[in-house]
Amino acid sequence: MRVGVVTFPGSLDDGDARRAVRLAGGEPVPLWHGDHDLQRVDAVVLPGGFSYGDYLRCGAIARFAPVMSEVIAAAESGTPVLGICNGFQVLCESHLLPGALIRNDHRRFNCVDQELVIENTSTPWTSDYEVGQHIVVPLKNGEGGYVADEATLDRLEGEGRVVARYVGDNPNGSYRAIAGVANERGNVVGLMPHPEHAVEELTGPSTDGLAFFTSVLRAVVSA
Amino acid sequence: MNLIRGSAETVKDAETTPDAEQPYRELGLKDDEYARIREILGRRPTSSELAMYSVMWSEHCSYKSSKVHLRQFSRTAAEGSVGSSALLVGIGENAGVVDIGQGWAVTFKVESHNHPSYVEPYQGAATGVGGIVRDIMSMGARPVAVMDPLRFGPADAADTRRVLPGVVAGVGGYGNCLGLPNIGGEVVFDPSYAGNPLVNALCVGVLRHESLQLAHASGAGNLVVLFGATTGGDGIGGVSVLASETFEDSGPAKRPSVQVGDPFMEKVLIECCLELYDAGVVVGVQDLGGAGLSCATSEMASNGDGGMHVWLDRVPLRDATLRPEEILMSESQERMCAVVEPGRLDEFLAICARWDVLASVIGEVDDSGRLTVEWHGETIVDVPPRTVAHEGPVYHRPYARPAWQDELQASGPGSLPRPATGDELRATLLDLVASPNLCAKGWVTDQYDRYVLGNTVLAQPEDAGMIRVDDETGLGVAVATDGNGRFAKLDPYAGAQLALSEAYRNVAVAGARPLAVTDCLNFGSPEDPDVMWQFAEATRGLADACLELGVPVTGGNVSFYNQTGDAAIHPTPVVGVLGVVDDVRRRVPMGFAADGEVVLLLGTTRDELAGSEWAHHVHGHLGGRPPQVDLPAEKALASLMASAIGLVSAAHDVSDGVLAQTLAEMALRHGVGATVALDDVCGGDPFVALFAESVARAVVAVPADRVPELEAAATTYGVPVTRLGTTGGGALVVEGLFQVPLGQLRTAHEGTLPALFG
Repeated sequence: MRVGVVTFPGSLDDGDARRAVRLAGGEPVPLWHGDHDLQRVDAVVLPGGFSYGDYLRCGAIARFAPVMSEVIAAAESGTPVLGICNGFQVLCESHLLPGALIRNDHRRFNCVDQELVIENTSTPWTSDYEVGQHIVVPLKNGEGGYVADEATLDRLEGEGRVVARYVGDNPNGSYRAIAGVANERGNVVGLMPHPEHAVEELTGPSTDGLAFFTSVLRAVVSA
Repeated sequence: MNLIRGSAETVKDAETTPDAEQPYRELGLKDDEYARIREILGRRPTSSELAMYSVMWSEHCSYKSSKVHLRQFSRTAAEGSVGSSALLVGIGENAGVVDIGQGWAVTFKVESHNHPSYVEPYQGAATGVGGIVRDIMSMGARPVAVMDPLRFGPADAADTRRVLPGVVAGVGGYGNCLGLPNIGGEVVFDPSYAGNPLVNALCVGVLRHESLQLAHASGAGNLVVLFGATTGGDGIGGVSVLASETFEDSGPAKRPSVQVGDPFMEKVLIECCLELYDAGVVVGVQDLGGAGLSCATSEMASNGDGGMHVWLDRVPLRDATLRPEEILMSESQERMCAVVEPGRLDEFLAICARWDVLASVIGEVDDSGRLTVEWHGETIVDVPPRTVAHEGPVYHRPYARPAWQDELQASGPGSLPRPATGDELRATLLDLVASPNLCAKGWVTDQYDRYVLGNTVLAQPEDAGMIRVDDETGLGVAVATDGNGRFAKLDPYAGAQLALSEAYRNVAVAGARPLAVTDCLNFGSPEDPDVMWQFAEATRGLADACLELGVPVTGGNVSFYNQTGDAAIHPTPVVGVLGVVDDVRRRVPMGFAADGEVVLLLGTTRDELAGSEWAHHVHGHLGGRPPQVDLPAEKALASLMASAIGLVSAAHDVSDGVLAQTLAEMALRHGVGATVALDDVCGGDPFVALFAESVARAVVAVPADRVPELEAAATTYGVPVTRLGTTGGGALVVEGLFQVPLGQLRTAHEGTLPALFG
């Protein structure tokens, strides 16, 4: 199973995402922001980082990178796409996901081991979890506050498209403590926390993040 | 800057107007230094030459006051020193490089960015990180982690509230965007740093042996390529104006001397450099930091085997009105300079283009033996490069033991009232774990990304930061930094040794073998004989101790002029120790992790409270002699810890944390309490047991059935062992005296910084 990981200038967690794919048993494929080529991958990860420095709105420039036209087309035809942190911001800027991510309400960058509850296991990225399962993965961002208008939030909740929610104190002011959402079809998931940093006991707070990557491998096989 | 006016002055102009007045004093040069430049050149310098000499002969770049003392450090790398065989590159290059086996090498260095961080906390701290990272890159290494030892004035002072949040946000803003995990460091408060905060930055990089790069411009005909950011008007004179003078109340604003950082550019530059090294298209490389192009061109030419010619008008500018003198002095960030064979230039430029990095040929290596700089066809600089880069002034500054030193050492903490009852000891414990220096530093370190790159095995609040170098074999490195200005004030010779002692211990306790040292020597004005004595004593102490412990000094930095008016900071040698770990899976974490394990104290506790956190925080007292240095005991403890890997399930060093703090931290890490008795520690005086700061000690937790093995090993290495008690429960219980529920302990320990800084 080939899982592509896009490197934009300023991507930081691309290596970690590739390692997570490998540990899950897949074949990580590096994708370059400047290429109109997805190299026949079965799924795509947009990793964390500060693409183009994020000096403009986070993800606003990356969304126009050449590779994104291929990613958007693939997402619209059902290819699983996971955006983590900056990748989530890119997906929102690309209008593949609703809402936006704004500066944390406390105005500081925050790196913590965060407890989440998984609420939707019907996406290709979460099928190896149980509904209601609590996991702990790193959360690290300066602009992780998820916002959308009330109608959109109601619709996301009504359609079960909230994939994961923060447990305990809200770490960044996200509306309704939303940590991750999916598109209508479910193949595109955006997530503020970093499952790729929780795949080895040695380097993470847990190995709870690995199931995002095993899920997609299973989903691709059965597709 | 308005000191330099008119059109570019050529060498010919200087020859025809030998008596023209020059603003050398405004540029920080002394009369005799200016006279020496005239002597070297056989004429007066041009304005561009004057600019170059002024920045390169600044204290910051030339080490003119410290050089005679720093020479002692070369002893530490001499034959016979255990770590010296591992040294691939020693002092003098951008950073030292140490062999860690399996074909891997590590480079690491700590530097100061103190003055800029006081003037403009965010950018000062940010560019401090950026600068040290480029030093590491210029050795051919991939930067893999950073650490930041920070020191501020009193935690509740108004100015600390201005400086600290900016510094922390700057360290985080730059490092996080660069994608380097921040794995440790220090946050210390003391009134002596009010107005002179210390912002030190350490970076660690890894490389394969064959990737090593050096800052040499060799091979006549090879091209000099400037790549990275464009050159602007920021940071002009940063080293001479900012870093080499004390702050005076009435001086003009120094903000324009602080550089502005662009971490995104630096991230791209890292990836670009590594690709250039891999492609083998780089003959020599140097980063542009303090003194900018003046430093890079003169150092590379001086290290090379000939000369260099520079076409300064080819430097890409972000401000077209910059004068040549300003271009030579600019400290614009995120720039590198490489020497490239003409036949490989296209390849070089193609890699830069792939990363959207601007690259321009600005010069050529030649065999003239001179550094010549041309500006629109006219020669504006013609100097022997060594006189700029390496043959600057050397001062034997007068120094003398301060008149107040004896009195300070005589006024020990003996008469200070000590807590005696269980209730008093309990209150002291809760007071100290909540004190600004001993409280949890999460408010700071949670603003740093410690996970990026996925190789962080240990990070704050562990004793040392630990990074996996090789995924396959588990080879890794551990780094710790320490420094105690109060101890150094009481006795600078011992104080420097105690800083080394603690960093060495921290690395050993985490399961690593200490290998090499870097230091950042933060002091007041070298023009004050008291300060110079502190410096001379500290360097002598550090060199002696490095020699005894067998860990060579591989490089570092001196920061003088950390004083406002007559008030100097405590002498603060910050020492970083790097250790190697054969398999990071066998690391030793600090927290109690399971119930029912036996808690043991290793080492000897003495009635040593001078300069302690207790004396400082509870009584505001500083006097007496610092804890006795015991390097053989440190070595024995390190050997024991190395032999006990796999045997101990947790270990934590006892230092300015003292035993009370050590036990509290071990219990809070995973919420596993402990019950201990202190009857066998230091003759059963519970106050001394809990709050003395004796060296060469650690607390370990060991499964009950393996205690005899540990005791046998301790006997082998001659390390005293005291059985304290067992882990378990929801409280820290000191038998017969007091107990504190972990919830209460946590509230005290973790509440301080959020309450102070929001």
